Amino acid sequence: MPSLVSHPDEVKIISHRFGQGAAEIDRYIELDGYKATRAAVEKGPEWIINEMKASGLRGRGGAGFPTGLKWSFVPKQSDRPKYVLVNGDESEPGTCKDHVIFLHDPHAVIEGTIIAGLAIGSKMGFIYLRGEYRYLLKIMEKAVADAYAKGFLGKNIFGSGIDFDVITQTGAGAYEVGEESALMESLEGKRGVPRIKPPFPAVVGLYGGPTVINNAETIASVPHILLMGGEAYAKVGSERNGGTRLFGISGHVERPGVYELPMGYSLRKAIYEVGGGIRGGKKLKAVVPGGSSTPVLTADEIDVGLDFDQMGKAGTMLGSGGIVVLDESVCMVEFALRTIQFYQHESCGWCIPCREGTDWLKKSIGRLHAGGAVDKDIDNIRYLAENMLGRTFCPLGDAAAMPTIGFVKKFRKEFEDHLNGRGCPYKHAREREEALV
Amino acid sequence: MADVTFTVDGKKLTAPAGTLLIDACKAAGIEIPAFCYYPGLSLQAACRMCLVRLEKVPKLQTACTTPVAEGMAVSTETDEIKQARKSMVELLLGNHPLDCPVCDKGGECELQDMTYKYGAGESKYVEIKQHREEQQWSPVVYFDRPRCILCYRCVRVCGEGMDVWALGVENRAVGSVIAPNGGDHLNCEECGMCIDICPVGALTSGTYRYKTRPWEMNHVATICTHCGDGCKTTLGVRIVTDGSEIIRGNNRDKSGINGDFLCIKGRYAFDFTTHAERITKPLMRQADGKLAPVSWEQALDFAGRRLKEVRDSRGGKAIGVIGSNRTTNEESYLLQKFARGVLGTNNIDHHRTADYAAFAAALKGHAGREASLRDFASAPAILLIGNDPTEQHPALAWQVRTNVRLNRSRLYVANHADIKLRRQAKAAVTVPQTGYAAFVQYLSGREGSFDGNDATAGFCDAIRNESSLLIVFGSELRGRDIQSLVQFGLSLPDTKFACLGDYSNSRGAADMGLLPDLLPGYVPVSAAAQFNEEYCASLPTQPGLDLVEMFDAAGRGDLAALYVVGSNPVARYGIDPSSLRNTFLIAQDMFLTETAALADVVFPAANLYEKAGTVTNTYGDLQLVKKAADKAGVRTDFELIVRLADKMGANPKTLVPFGKGVRADFGQTRGAQSGEADRHAVWLAANHLEPKLSPFDPFAIFDEIQRLVSAYNVPRLNLLTGNDEHIKSELVQIEPGSARRDLVFPSNDDLYTSGTLGKYSAKLRETVESGTTVMKPAESETAAD
Repeated sequence: MPSLVSHPDEVKIISHRFGQGAAEIDRYIELDGYKATRAAVEKGPEWIINEMKASGLRGRGGAGFPTGLKWSFVPKQSDRPKYVLVNGDESEPGTCKDHVIFLHDPHAVIEGTIIAGLAIGSKMGFIYLRGEYRYLLKIMEKAVADAYAKGFLGKNIFGSGIDFDVITQTGAGAYEVGEESALMESLEGKRGVPRIKPPFPAVVGLYGGPTVINNAETIASVPHILLMGGEAYAKVGSERNGGTRLFGISGHVERPGVYELPMGYSLRKAIYEVGGGIRGGKKLKAVVPGGSSTPVLTADEIDVGLDFDQMGKAGTMLGSGGIVVLDESVCMVEFALRTIQFYQHESCGWCIPCREGTDWLKKSIGRLHAGGAVDKDIDNIRYLAENMLGRTFCPLGDAAAMPTIGFVKKFRKEFEDHLNGRGCPYKHAREREEALV
Repeated sequence: MADVTFTVDGKKLTAPAGTLLIDACKAAGIEIPAFCYYPGLSLQAACRMCLVRLEKVPKLQTACTTPVAEGMAVSTETDEIKQARKSMVELLLGNHPLDCPVCDKGGECELQDMTYKYGAGESKYVEIKQHREEQQWSPVVYFDRPRCILCYRCVRVCGEGMDVWALGVENRAVGSVIAPNGGDHLNCEECGMCIDICPVGALTSGTYRYKTRPWEMNHVATICTHCGDGCKTTLGVRIVTDGSEIIRGNNRDKSGINGDFLCIKGRYAFDFTTHAERITKPLMRQADGKLAPVSWEQALDFAGRRLKEVRDSRGGKAIGVIGSNRTTNEESYLLQKFARGVLGTNNIDHHRTADYAAFAAALKGHAGREASLRDFASAPAILLIGNDPTEQHPALAWQVRTNVRLNRSRLYVANHADIKLRRQAKAAVTVPQTGYAAFVQYLSGREGSFDGNDATAGFCDAIRNESSLLIVFGSELRGRDIQSLVQFGLSLPDTKFACLGDYSNSRGAADMGLLPDLLPGYVPVSAAAQFNEEYCASLPTQPGLDLVEMFDAAGRGDLAALYVVGSNPVARYGIDPSSLRNTFLIAQDMFLTETAALADVVFPAANLYEKAGTVTNTYGDLQLVKKAADKAGVRTDFELIVRLADKMGANPKTLVPFGKGVRADFGQTRGAQSGEADRHAVWLAANHLEPKLSPFDPFAIFDEIQRLVSAYNVPRLNLLTGNDEHIKSELVQIEPGSARRDLVFPSNDDLYTSGTLGKYSAKLRETVESGTTVMKPAESETAAD
């Protein structure tokens, strides 16, 4: 279990129970647990949705869609059952925020699920964890069982006359089922490929019923927002980006870890102060700011606030909050290769551009890294990625194409250094170093 | 839905709201390319070929998933879109083996077409292509895996279309591959729809693969000779040393009553035509008691002379004639004309597989009440009584499934067995195997022996409340039961009917009067005088012997001669061969069947794929068959009947009244290709030429049929251009309610048997023996007709 980290700049809202044994239900209750749910039961759906809208909370999965708005799309009347679905299929490389929530504060997820259910009039929630989080499933399952034992779940919760059930489930290890409709397919026991949209899940979702599907961090933020009030939460963050968010800072920094920072916090400070700067006093080369699918920033481009809008203006994305810091020893071609290997492996194979495109990108970049490419191959790589972008069935193709275009655009020189049989200069340097040792 | 107006490439278009953009464009003549989109199957949006630009939408959108909306503005062929499509083709070609020069699909491949259109001829990749070994999934389905472009059409047509669900996708990412759910083999109905629907050469046919190229064949659209559905199948024909040979059957232009569908028999079971045991020389019984080849003149002389002798000495009553369920209407008609007019007998019958006469009687005077096969694709409600269409009428089963799936048609099933179509049924009742008649009484609200309960009562109530209903019944119902059912149906607001019989022209055989008591058009023989003038003969007016009575008479020594055309009653009815020892037997067949083996003279006959004419399917849809194959040595039944009559001294010009009525040798006898008939007629007219007429031209007889059988007097041009025309069954002349002997003996052929033809189809047998089929145990092994 990774040890928790801390920094004075943090604003601990979601993470304020981390490390305090809140996975145990009695301890959780001591720490104001289930108060928000009680309030939600008393004050009703309209109040919940208004608070959520006021909070400015935007989806923490990466797309940044306003949560309150999403909930309000669910039709009030429905012939089919409505569902709340918690997307804990946290698979984006560089991202590890939901992990700490499930580990330290599982009841916040349950609470958020119940509240979302109350808001849309659903009687059942599903908490879906990625396949690799089987060990966290035990924690979640215990938390759910404890909540049932206390009467917080099941029939007539909090004496409200409302029934609400929660079911936990894990995936089988496919990145693609992090996409909301693919997750529903997976949960229904089918092959994990995305669905055609529209209809959107809020209208036709799980088992054909209206479904609210939210990222685990989004859901875990809900009880905190109701406790502190939507407006107060909004004030913590930047304009149109309410609250805080968990950032996973990894890579070549002195103090990697998951930190809760207010939205809009400076990326430079996140790296140099919160993360403790570049490890071993080396120079910063690049930052992948929001999980591996977001376009790379160079060392000169890090004076930007960490929120959805500012990052968008900087030509990249806030994404899932996984900040990957790369120092000067990194070969950007190798990094591009490693990134595309991931997406090539995780493409579900449904549509042509993603299935074929990721594979040819992997082959071409691999050959280039090994020195087997000529100048026009760099253009071909970019051509390939640009022809995938925006044309795939789901965003996975974009997730593969966007960073690739970024690497070629911003580090073309490094690609050129590999050409005509030369191979990777960094590899040669490392080999020389090792030989000296 | 209300119409909306939108703009495509600057053109203003109108279509009902909710129409998919790709369909709306197609209807307006704007083609948007797609691999994965297939009308009627679920949407995939996987191939990304149909990307178009919608005004004010940031990304390109798939036309196959975009419903048209008011004011929508669409561009379909800008440089940006062309580039997007080019890059898709480029990506597909990256791993696609460029073996077009040897690929079955070369020349009719959608990927080839797209490559020509959008151009991606040069590869940007140097890495080797992904290769996978080819697989054989069944005797008729091969899968060349690297050629597959993963459009999922096969998966969907198998699952959604056929309700078989034999195919799925294995692995993920670039390793994704279509695979049978049965592991390494199919577990299915072997319909071959997956091959038909494959846009590339990934799925190929076991009967056709690597045999030829598409452009080296003649493509003849004709009607399948197997079951009673009458599907259009396009036969690919190639010249061989002893004629021309069929090497492919498929549903090329999808213009037939079967829509997209073709089953295993229509697709693969043409191979009986080249079976080694086919007879190609006339045979005569010799002094040693064995059959030996003789010349045509010898055989015809002998047979004609003997028939004449019998007629002149013992009268027509001593001669019997048995016709076929698989000859054309013209041949069946000619056969009864020959029997009645030349042989002077009403002893004529055929193997009856449904009681069409009772059905005709019940519908007399009720115009437009007989359903076409096409009607099943759109009927809001269908009641199926008896039969198992999945096995016996696969095209009907397809239409019903499609209708339920796409239009939410309500299907009601009453059957003694757990038939597959129950899966699509809104409600079903189980009827005792012998209790169909009682069920009809119960349905009609009459007291009877049917043991009803709440469920069956609800079932019947639901049917009675249908405002528009299609009732289809199998051979379980006969005679008065059909009369009762039709009466019940006519009491509902809007009901159509269909009667299911077995073979490609069983209906035609009955309609054309291959019956001892009924003339063509169900005219009672007592009223035969109305035919005398046209036939230049005085027809017998007493009913003749039926099929069973003929063999009884033969056993008693009262039947001196028997002429059997395309039928095998000895095997079908279990006739004791010794009962025929005193009967002069002439058999006309493709094979030395149990019946032919007893004959004194055997004429080698052509089959339905080797002749022209018309056939009527069990629903009364009249269609044209065209000559596809040719086999040296055999002759059509039509020609053989005329030659035999000639040898008996009859006037062929009377028998085949060429020169009367509409005059044209529409080219059909020469194996005309689609369209040639019209061109030929137009050319003749333009040049003021008299058409060349021949006594072997079936269209001369078709003229007469249209003159004498008013139900068949349908507009002809539509028929000649390869479409179906529904006959007007209300115009029959039979009186309802007359008691007739029930001689209906269904074949119960399943998907893999087809009487004698099935027995001689190597592919059908091989497929059954391979064990890849989902089939019920065959009820009848000796099916023969």
